[in-house]
Amino acid sequence: MDSHRLRARVLARVRDYFLQAGVLEVDTPVLSTAGATDPALQSFQTRYHGPGPAHGSRLYLHTSPEFPMKRLLAAGSGSIYQICKVFRDGESGRRHNPEFTLLEWYRVGFDHFDLMEDVESLLRITLKGLVPLESVDHRTYHDLFTETTGIDPFTASVDELRDCLQSHAIVSPVGLAADDRDGWLDLLMTHIIEPRLGPGLVFIRDYPASQAALARLRPGTRKVAARFEAYLNGVELANGYHELTDAAEQRQRFEQDNARRVTQGLEPVVVDEHLLDALASGLPDCAGVALGVDRLLMVAAGAESLDAIIAFPLDDA
Amino acid sequence: MATYSTNEFRGGLKIMIDGDPCSIIENEFVKPGKGQAFNRVKIRNLKTGRVIERTFKSGESVEAADVMDVELQYLYNDGEFWHFMDQNSFEQHAADTTAVGDAAKWLKEQDVCEVTLWNGAPLAVTPPNFVMLKVTDTDPGVRGDTSGGGGKPATLETGAVVRVPLFIEIGELLKIDTRTGEYVGRAKE
Repeated sequence: MDSHRLRARVLARVRDYFLQAGVLEVDTPVLSTAGATDPALQSFQTRYHGPGPAHGSRLYLHTSPEFPMKRLLAAGSGSIYQICKVFRDGESGRRHNPEFTLLEWYRVGFDHFDLMEDVESLLRITLKGLVPLESVDHRTYHDLFTETTGIDPFTASVDELRDCLQSHAIVSPVGLAADDRDGWLDLLMTHIIEPRLGPGLVFIRDYPASQAALARLRPGTRKVAARFEAYLNGVELANGYHELTDAAEQRQRFEQDNARRVTQGLEPVVVDEHLLDALASGLPDCAGVALGVDRLLMVAAGAESLDAIIAFPLDDA
Repeated sequence: MATYSTNEFRGGLKIMIDGDPCSIIENEFVKPGKGQAFNRVKIRNLKTGRVIERTFKSGESVEAADVMDVELQYLYNDGEFWHFMDQNSFEQHAADTTAVGDAAKWLKEQDVCEVTLWNGAPLAVTPPNFVMLKVTDTDPGVRGDTSGGGGKPATLETGAVVRVPLFIEIGELLKIDTRTGEYVGRAKE
């Protein structure tokens, strides 16, 4: 029962933090007619059998509450947060469970730098007396890569990335295409960089534009996205953006995602037209972040696996 | 050709890596915040016993190794091969020195062993956890000393040498734990 007490305590602190900050708790649907197009995210699907559609209709279980929350923002909600279960097919392991609790919030008028400070304040308050926050470090994706591996992630060829892996005694993986540059970067990230992050809170920002997801791009010589990741004691905890507000660019990214899905043999996903309409009507300048609550609890409990935190993991659910 | 998807990976699964049959020891699913997921696996090469690490892009497939563990009765050694028999089908299998390995010193005729077969041929032999073996040579027993303290080496009928209590004599039947190579006690015929 300790993990349940810990969860209740941390969630109470989270709600108190946002109450003090004037951020409104909201609730949006788990089921949606549209899904996440990101080829690295697989949505669960179910069917609705009416009343309404004669032959039933497909519904996706959300992988995050991002799209409907942005619709609320566009409708003038102001800063909002949500704590909800999300669902990602094909993800199971020590640090993954196909359903997990996400804390997602949006701050109107913030950029991703303001939001990183917000994440740090929230963690300081929620982790007080549970686990010490030893240090806080801010790194760019470029600097972290260069310092850890000696190669520039923005200019290195796939061959150079492969050589770097080899020098760390990592055999080239089966199935990773030679032209999937981001895949190779992800491999270096998960196999070489993440294990060396060490204790404390580390923010990594300025991801390559090709890994922007739903972040806006930043002006400058290097093509980077206004996106950050927060790692706590080496565990990836949160992913945030200075949000993309351009409807046309958003549609283009959805279409690119679906094209990549098709080349990878995945089913294309129905694009969220409601979100695109909301962006077209005007999403206020804002930054948003999604934080894995179970992982936070895992770190707070000093555990190595989510099994210590989740009451009934999938094989026992 | 049978294959396994990375989604089926778990400890004990037998797959082919670089042409050798291997057994998965540990499978870890890793994924950056956004982006490509991988399965990082520790694998034992069943031919060499060596442990290696490999990474697979999640969702990929890998050839299954036709490896199975069967209970076979050890029959005899012809000087080159160790011969085993399936007690149900009476089918016989010959295992070479590499396959038998360290198990050789525990193999007693008619004992039932676990034999790992790859494409139907013995790849590895695991002796029973406990074997009963006769002492063929040891220093004379010290009568009355049943404390077991100290001990002395004893050669068993299979050639294995184990540490036994001082009171053990030539000709006695002993129970040995093959996993540790330790004397457990005297055994009855």
